[in-house]
Amino acid sequence: MSDYKLSHLQELEAESIHIIREVAAEFENPVMLYSIGKDSSVMVRLAEKAFAPGKVPFPLMHIDSKWKFKEMIEFRDNYAKKYGWNLIVESNMEAFHAGVGPFTHGSKVHTDLMKTQALLHALDKYKFDAAFGGARRDEEKSRAKERIYSFRDKFHQWDPKNQRPELWDIYNARVHKGESIRVFPLSNWTELDIWQYIRLENIPIVPLYFAKERPIVEIDGNLIMADDDRLPEQYRSQIQMCMVRFRTLGCWPLTGAVESNADTIEKIVEEMMTTTKSERTTRVIDFDQDASMEQKKREGYF
Amino acid sequence: MADSKLNIKEFLDKDEQKDLLRFLTAGSVDDGKSTLIGRLLFDSKKLYEDQLDALERDSKRMGNAGEHIDYALLLDGLKAEREQGITIDVAYRYFSTNNRKFIIADTPGHEQYTRNMITGGSTANLAIILVDARTGVITQTRRHTYLVSLLGIKHVVLAVNKMDLTNFDKQVFDDIVSDYKQFVASLNIPDITCIPLSALDGDNVVEKSARTPWYEGPSLLDFLETVPIDLDRNYEDFRYPVQYVLRPNLDFRGFCGKVSSGVVRKGDVVMALPSRKTSKVKSIVTYEGELDYAFPPQCVTITLEDEIDVSRGEMLVHPDNVPMEDRNFEAMLVWMDEEPMDVNKQFYIKQTTNTTRARIDSIRYKVNVNTMEQSSVDHLELNEIGRVVFTTGKELFFDPYQKNKQTGAFILIDPISNNTSAVGMIIDRVDAKDMVKEDALAVLNLVELGIGKEHYDAIRTVCEELGRQGLPIKCLT
Repeated sequence: MSDYKLSHLQELEAESIHIIREVAAEFENPVMLYSIGKDSSVMVRLAEKAFAPGKVPFPLMHIDSKWKFKEMIEFRDNYAKKYGWNLIVESNMEAFHAGVGPFTHGSKVHTDLMKTQALLHALDKYKFDAAFGGARRDEEKSRAKERIYSFRDKFHQWDPKNQRPELWDIYNARVHKGESIRVFPLSNWTELDIWQYIRLENIPIVPLYFAKERPIVEIDGNLIMADDDRLPEQYRSQIQMCMVRFRTLGCWPLTGAVESNADTIEKIVEEMMTTTKSERTTRVIDFDQDASMEQKKREGYF
Repeated sequence: MADSKLNIKEFLDKDEQKDLLRFLTAGSVDDGKSTLIGRLLFDSKKLYEDQLDALERDSKRMGNAGEHIDYALLLDGLKAEREQGITIDVAYRYFSTNNRKFIIADTPGHEQYTRNMITGGSTANLAIILVDARTGVITQTRRHTYLVSLLGIKHVVLAVNKMDLTNFDKQVFDDIVSDYKQFVASLNIPDITCIPLSALDGDNVVEKSARTPWYEGPSLLDFLETVPIDLDRNYEDFRYPVQYVLRPNLDFRGFCGKVSSGVVRKGDVVMALPSRKTSKVKSIVTYEGELDYAFPPQCVTITLEDEIDVSRGEMLVHPDNVPMEDRNFEAMLVWMDEEPMDVNKQFYIKQTTNTTRARIDSIRYKVNVNTMEQSSVDHLELNEIGRVVFTTGKELFFDPYQKNKQTGAFILIDPISNNTSAVGMIIDRVDAKDMVKEDALAVLNLVELGIGKEHYDAIRTVCEELGRQGLPIKCLT
């Protein structure tokens, strides 16, 4: 039977493609949320695979918090253009014009207004009834219990105690008007699977993942990139060039770099295998209150 | 460290080849299930230092394991559960060894949560059922094993835990094994392995323990790493439920789907259901290019030599090997909804890529999951299991679940709440003459209703459309 054997990655790929096609077939107006990160990059490639040789029948949407890394925005625009994606970019302009940002308002307020609220507003604006997200169950404890089709009520809230049973590969796509489903096709992928897949499939990712000499300041123990005019005055004298890379990419001042020499995927994986910190430790938002990710998810964050 | 330094390219090349085993863990609250999983994760080096740091902090604050690290805290992610000290839903965990990747569905043992165990077990290749060596096979062990057999899981490990508390006594283990084997003889589980262990101390979890010299079998992890699972899939009966029709241009018409079972090759003659029209497979297309053949669970796009009309919900099969086609069938049904079954309700049924209306025709019996006894009932409640006869709005294409999980499984959706109210495993079709209720097709008598003849055509068109959507209505004119 060796002719009929799939590797774990081929099996995960098949599972994801099946999910993506189910959503395209059963929802009226799906959208794929695109964070520009490595997981999103894999998810986007899986969508391209699901409908090849045709075009993907739904748009990509990026919620731009206006505090992203410059390189991320460049990468996003180039990728969408090269692969013919219909790209929607949405921001909370009201809060942006009111001057909301992580330095002035703190990570909690910034994330709520510029990410969560911006996302909810955009979902309502376009009346999307399904939104793909690139979250993985191995990232964080509350995600480990979330369904692949995660039901959200009219207020986009997740109720962890009242999740629909989800069996086999039969997904319940029925929602009333105003309700929606968040869909996580990468639920069963691990961080290593993602890197392995990027390596095997040559999937383009933002260069920030690879180590390079970059201008860095240390803020509250996090190594923050110092290439943005909005860096507060008091830090400017402390900028140093360091060999760093980013293990995850969120908002620029909320995502710390790690010192690293890993400038290839092989080296990144090697670093990951021998490292002692899991990937979300460089995300400031996970630490701002107890059980904080679960709280954010209940409120509608991914 | 220097000599153990791994060659990363070699590692990745090897990692890429690993296959995937999904398993379920089931046990009662105090059987040490979370401890066992924590041990597997810990000993397979998956736990990172900062997760361990957080664990140590939490263990001191609210741990229940005394001197030991409380592995359960690592797994019970949600706030509500931490407060109650029990796992309330299915949690998925991931780890890998040199030979395999694993996905664990960790499900609770509480009676009211049968629903979650069914959920966690539906995709599992294997189930680990824990028993406490001091109490042996109890009601919950029987229930878990019955559910595992109902789900068609082919490999079961009976993990006899807490052997440290019985001085690793061989007699204790042997008694439990013989007790269990007697019970499972009546259930359809082909592969059963019993392992004595101590999750807390790690005996026979990863390494064989010196404290059980009388035990000749493998350690738990050894077994998980080597149990063959690729033969468990059905490679005989080709079933290809069409998911999505791809028409990027006038020259290409592809049918996207997952090979549910069986193998399809380029050039094969295939038949579309329900039209029964046949054609040949022209190509099996993927992003990477064309394939000569496809097998489960590959997701591909099939193009045909002839232009025959196939849409979502229809199925491609080999003409000499077809599934059952019927509107009447019986199934084992697990009720998953807080709201009890209302037999007068018309539900939606989703089976493969098909969605239609379904009506509960009769309940043959309810199974007591603790005693396996059958009794007659007029409805099912949360966590109850029964043998139920259904009538669907249109014909479905299915196989008995025990022969083909993919085409034998379905979910039942409440038309008002949209909740997944129940899940089912088809046993067989039922002859129309054996149905309890007569086929109560809705009738619209246009003459009696005094509707003008000029509207007949429009009403007939609507009725036909509703019929296609699974709501057949008879129009009398």
